[in-house]
Amino acid sequence: MRVRMRFTKEGALKFIGHLDTMRYFQKLMRRAKIPIAYSAGMSPHQILSFALPLGIGDESIGEYADIELTESVKSTDAIAALCREGIDEIRILSFKYLPEKAINAMASVEAADYRITFHKCPCEDLSKQFSEFMEQPEIVVLKKTKKSERLLDIKPFIFSFSASEDTLDLRLKCGSVDNTKPELVLEAFYRYLDVDLDPFDISLMRLDLLTFSDNGFVSLDEIGEEL
Amino acid sequence: MKLALDDRILLQVEKPARYIGKEINAVYKDKERVKIRFAMCFPDIYEIGMSHLGIQIIYDLLNRRDDVWCERVYSPWVDLHKIMKEDHIPLFALESQEPVKDFDFLGITLQYEMCYTNVLQVLDLAGIPLFAKDRAEEDPIVIGGGPCTYNPEPVADFFDLFYIGEAETSYDALLDLYLKHKQEGYDRDTFLHEAGKIPGIYVPKLYEPVYHPDGTLASFEPVSDDLPKTIRKEICMDLTNAVYPRKQIVPYLKVTQDRSVLEIMRGCIRGCRFCQAGMIYRPLRERDEEKLEELAREMLENSGNEEISLSSLSSSDYSKLPELVDFLMEYADRKKLNISLPSLRIDAFSLDVMSKVQDIRKSSLTFAPEAGSQRLRNVINKGLTEENILEGAKDAFLGGWTRVKLYFMLGLPTETEDDILAIPELCNKIAKLYYELIPKEERKGRVQIVASSSFFVPKPFTPFQWAKMERREDFLKKAETVNHAMHEQLNARSIKYNWHDAKVSVLEGIFARGDRRLSAVLLKAYEHGALFDAWTETFSMEPWISAFEETGIDPDFYVHRERPVEELLPWDFIDIGVTRQFLIKEWEKAQNEIVTPNCRMQCNGCGAAAFQGGICYAR
Repeated sequence: MRVRMRFTKEGALKFIGHLDTMRYFQKLMRRAKIPIAYSAGMSPHQILSFALPLGIGDESIGEYADIELTESVKSTDAIAALCREGIDEIRILSFKYLPEKAINAMASVEAADYRITFHKCPCEDLSKQFSEFMEQPEIVVLKKTKKSERLLDIKPFIFSFSASEDTLDLRLKCGSVDNTKPELVLEAFYRYLDVDLDPFDISLMRLDLLTFSDNGFVSLDEIGEEL
Repeated sequence: MKLALDDRILLQVEKPARYIGKEINAVYKDKERVKIRFAMCFPDIYEIGMSHLGIQIIYDLLNRRDDVWCERVYSPWVDLHKIMKEDHIPLFALESQEPVKDFDFLGITLQYEMCYTNVLQVLDLAGIPLFAKDRAEEDPIVIGGGPCTYNPEPVADFFDLFYIGEAETSYDALLDLYLKHKQEGYDRDTFLHEAGKIPGIYVPKLYEPVYHPDGTLASFEPVSDDLPKTIRKEICMDLTNAVYPRKQIVPYLKVTQDRSVLEIMRGCIRGCRFCQAGMIYRPLRERDEEKLEELAREMLENSGNEEISLSSLSSSDYSKLPELVDFLMEYADRKKLNISLPSLRIDAFSLDVMSKVQDIRKSSLTFAPEAGSQRLRNVINKGLTEENILEGAKDAFLGGWTRVKLYFMLGLPTETEDDILAIPELCNKIAKLYYELIPKEERKGRVQIVASSSFFVPKPFTPFQWAKMERREDFLKKAETVNHAMHEQLNARSIKYNWHDAKVSVLEGIFARGDRRLSAVLLKAYEHGALFDAWTETFSMEPWISAFEETGIDPDFYVHRERPVEELLPWDFIDIGVTRQFLIKEWEKAQNEIVTPNCRMQCNGCGAAAFQGGICYAR
């Protein structure tokens, strides 16, 4: 049986990298005595996978990891044990059993919701100017990969947005193709405003990860059931 | 809790997780409810410092007291060092993120001589005057501990106190004395003077060295009659009931020891004549096997670690090793854990165990003959014969191993060209054995023999403490000789030989047996930019060359001089139990190539029986 956990990564723990977070979870599973399944072989490892790495320095209230269990545990008991043995800044929010045919978290992520908070606003009316930015026929950015650089129109990958005085919420395409990082959108927006972007003037919070269903986007948290 | 460094800094430096604390099992207390703030420092980067068991023991020991909050401090890496210097950010402790300067104590462990410039870095970044004599009433008491305090003199001027020996015994007395003085009107000098009467505590500024015109020590005496002339090391005789950290801190970063460490015993029965640890931790004391089982279970449950490792100087000498290993293998199998077993002698038992706990194809066997010839192994009292090595290698090859690592030292006392050439010959014999033993069709490629050599550094409290150390050029010539001869062996293509430069070894030699005058050199070297000298990527010889030139101190005096046994040595005021007479006898036996049996075979009257326990009374 497979379980999906939703968790946060906040405060000082935003400085912990992805590999370190994975190792943290492996040890947490043991301390909390979660009956996690192990792979076969000379050096068995836990069957544990994460949805999407979070950048160092970014916070989140919508991280996901899938695990496989050898026996079932009550969701509330598991959450209590994981919170007792874990750190407050990485809080386990849900522990849900996945339907048999569910695709794993990593493969099912289609979009991510972000909230960007501006400590120093780049323009007078964020809401108005971001709307104008979005009204451009296309938003072309230079996307660098290890192998190449190419011009890319990211406008289709910005699924939705809403802005307040000093925050901007974005729903962006993500996954294995056309993964769109919020930094890419911000760089384009600042260039549009003709303002230099100092990455320390903003902070980034991932709100949730989503997959696509018949009813449109749904949170990865809505796939499973509590036990 | 607010972090000491802001986001802008943390996101600029390599591995910000080094500086945020918050690890599982880290201890957080209400600072208003404790009476003593203690900062415990390992003067190297986080990943090295966090891997050290001694710090975890002291952290646990001190935090058991409700009136003390012990926190951790490590050396900021060079990137952060630069930022902290430029922006005047004071060094802080990981837990509270508060400046070390406001603490009552700053403890610094001295694990190797090449961390000495990092000690100055820690004091400098903390904003604490480097020299003890310049410190004010409100500055923390700076206390040193660890193996290098068996000759603390080269760093004596930078410390208010040294704790000589094992931490389990005297810390309470020291902290209680401090509290008493705090209540009754604290005066730094009065406190330090009184602390000097506690067993194991050495107050360097209350002892005065006097030198002969030739630079050797004439006398070394306390400045007042109420202080002890010699300081006996502290030792914990009942390891089974001693405190042991059952909830070890679990770092986020992958540290050097990413596993639970179970210390099975202290001390060593072997008596290798170059080995300081083998002398200063005498007598050998074991922890009960049942206790170790209990500790192993608790440590693993409290940390969630996936691996456990045994720690001791020579695990094969633990009397109940088979029972302990049986327990661990069964437990590890049930809980899907890994076991790592360093410092095992290669024999039928250890090969059997290793074949069960690790993947033979991926692991290698390690031998530490230290010297190539039997003659020289007798000189150093390394009780490992060529026959032992070849027997072990034979069993290993038949068991499926194809990789062998061998460790040697160059520049040992009495060493000749023949002894050096015996190193490649021994490597060749092992390779030859493989090809004779394993038929062609069963071989999976070549056998891989990796030989490494380090340069011998004489250390205090060893029978070689009087020996002269070789010059860098001679070391390198010797390494060249070995390298050349390796290439001429019949099986040269199966053998790889590694050696390092000797610059650091020579510096290590200077500070290992140095005296108080060297503090001037350390200060200059630090001012010229020496830092993280134990790291090849950051080590530079230039600051050291300038430091010796500017202070007019001749490094040769400390390393390239054979000391007469009558000479008063800077560390002679310390009593480790093992007597000077025993060390002299061993030094003479070394020159006559006579081996000394180990402590289990017979008592050799080294003096450690004075502690009234351990192996001395077990026989």
